[in-house]
Amino acid sequence: MKTFLNGLAALGLGIAMVTSADAAEYPLKKPPQLEWSFDGPFGTYDKGQLQRGLKVYREVCSSCHSLDLVAFRNLEDLGYTEEQARAIASEYEVEDGPDENGDMFTRPATPSDHFPAPFANPQQAAASNNGAAPPDFSLLAKARAVERGFPTFLFDIFTQYAEGGPDYIHALLTGYEEDAEGHEVPEGTYYNPYFLSAVSLSMAPPLSDGMVTYEDGSPETVDQYARDIAAFMMWAAEPHMEARKATGFTVMVFLVLFGGLVYLTKRKVWAEVH
Amino acid sequence: MSGGHSTYTPKTGLGRWMDARLPLPRLVYDSFVAYPVPRNLNYAYTFGGILTLMLAVQILTGIVLAMHYAANTEIAFNSVEKIMRDVNSGWLLRYLHSNGASFFFIAVYVHIFRGLYYGSYKAPRELLWILGCIIYLLMMATAFMGYVLPWGQMSFWGATVITGFFTAIPLVGDWIQQLLLGGFAVDNPTLNRFFSLHYLLPFMIAGVVVLHIWALHVTGQSNPTGIEVKQKTDTVAFTPYATIKDGFAMVVFFLVFAYFVFYIPNYLGHPDNYIEANPLKTPAHIVPEWYFLPFYAILRAITFNIGPIDSKLGGVLAMFGAIAVLFVVPWLDTSKVRSAVYRPWYKLFFWLFVADAIFLGWLGSRPAEGTYVAMAQAATLYYFAFFVVVMPVLGLVETPRRPPNSITEAVLEKNKPGTPAAGEA
Repeated sequence: MKTFLNGLAALGLGIAMVTSADAAEYPLKKPPQLEWSFDGPFGTYDKGQLQRGLKVYREVCSSCHSLDLVAFRNLEDLGYTEEQARAIASEYEVEDGPDENGDMFTRPATPSDHFPAPFANPQQAAASNNGAAPPDFSLLAKARAVERGFPTFLFDIFTQYAEGGPDYIHALLTGYEEDAEGHEVPEGTYYNPYFLSAVSLSMAPPLSDGMVTYEDGSPETVDQYARDIAAFMMWAAEPHMEARKATGFTVMVFLVLFGGLVYLTKRKVWAEVH
Repeated sequence: MSGGHSTYTPKTGLGRWMDARLPLPRLVYDSFVAYPVPRNLNYAYTFGGILTLMLAVQILTGIVLAMHYAANTEIAFNSVEKIMRDVNSGWLLRYLHSNGASFFFIAVYVHIFRGLYYGSYKAPRELLWILGCIIYLLMMATAFMGYVLPWGQMSFWGATVITGFFTAIPLVGDWIQQLLLGGFAVDNPTLNRFFSLHYLLPFMIAGVVVLHIWALHVTGQSNPTGIEVKQKTDTVAFTPYATIKDGFAMVVFFLVFAYFVFYIPNYLGHPDNYIEANPLKTPAHIVPEWYFLPFYAILRAITFNIGPIDSKLGGVLAMFGAIAVLFVVPWLDTSKVRSAVYRPWYKLFFWLFVADAIFLGWLGSRPAEGTYVAMAQAATLYYFAFFVVVMPVLGLVETPRRPPNSITEAVLEKNKPGTPAAGEA
């Protein structure tokens, strides 16, 4: 066993050396780790924050990014009533049909409709955005994460770090810099050291201070907008997270108690053998 | 089943009626109640039961998931998301199933390493070991095809890379690849046949598990001392002794499993698999699931040609060889003593092998460039050397410690206060 541990220690040292020598990879900077209302074993979404995030999405992001997997009825999760969700839906037009004459028509959206996409298809989205189609928002908070590296990825098991997506989104949105620090930035792209796969990306800095009005008195800053949209996107990607963590707690408590009883039974059964 | 006479006596009229026609209760009683197990089994021996449980979990969650999943490239990705969002407790079923695959592999690796440590593969348990290797191979095929079903980027590109291995085989390689894919590239026919096979293979696994347990009950279980059962005091009845011990281990295993399912369900997955498959966009790094990483590292370690074998075929041969070598382990180990407990040198090489396997796994997750390649080559060398050099040679040159005369003696020795434990790992 001791040899095993020594071996592991030597192994860890070797890995640590290699990782530090391996710095040419993107992103250039790792996202800072933020505090989120939904992190940890008892984390819950902050409904006010999700509503603000929705506002940022509707007023800024939705002109380029779709949200295909979210239906208007899902907005009740954000603390809206059924009527409010219906009212938000009715502000959108969706295509329906064919009618009895075989024609397609548009009508106001209902709660069962999903958010309509800003572009008809990926080709149109790419054509309107300098060749890079803006990704759908529905799963982005789970589809993006910066590699944590050794040994952090092992600690993440115990700290339950699962917020790599929102941390990345916030870092990217607040991370645009004028000065590219000697990096070559291709024409029509914007330098951002937090971008996952290159020096720069096609999306211009989308947020600026004061561009979305908040009614709850939250600061109208890029940093706050970025936090709110990242939280909203986490909800969009993982809408049942609260139920998952709550169920998890019950399951863990049950398993610990049940395990304790089984252990005592085991002790009693084996007592006569030892 | 184990050749000994049955001690089952039906107590009720119905029991006697049944016993005269279909003695199923007798079979169950003899196999899972009266069946004698060595009294010195430690918790490393509980993983067989845990694996049976995990197979059941995977089959049950999988059957329900299949009711909601659609194996069509146009809608597969969104059908999984529909399960996650709109199906009642769908998120739970899906996370149980995807993390269940990982925990199935954690359990099987502990089970295999336990076999290697205590020499469980040695005569007369060679067939038992080989059946286990077949189960492991079927598990890998099942897991690989299951990972393709959500139709994410890693699903698609993983399938492309892994089916591409087969083209390295001379003459029939291209034909095999096209048969697997149902065409010239990963597409709808691939998804359809993978779904069909992903549903079929677990039942084949269950079939081989029955043979595995049957073979186990014929030879009896091995134990940490490696000495065969000699007298009645060496054993205890399966029920209640093994049942309750296995039960406790299962609850603890489930505790860790539940921790991942409920708190970090995506920890063992790859973010790219939440992006729908796109045949026109290759991910920066294509990596398989963690449980395949050691073999992936071995595949990519062969960067040189060996005579007529080019590096691609060499890598594929090394990768399949890394699994194939397990099948002949019973004949590679020349040691007269079964358990590593009494083999100080084997113990050292064994733990080095465990570290090597973990190291290979980590290398498999790195890009195959620079120093990683050299490290993977060294680790691959040790992987094979452990089986084809250490196992045969060590058995001839090592002087093992003297094992106790019987299991009972080992247990009494261990429980005597003040003396060093004899059967301790």
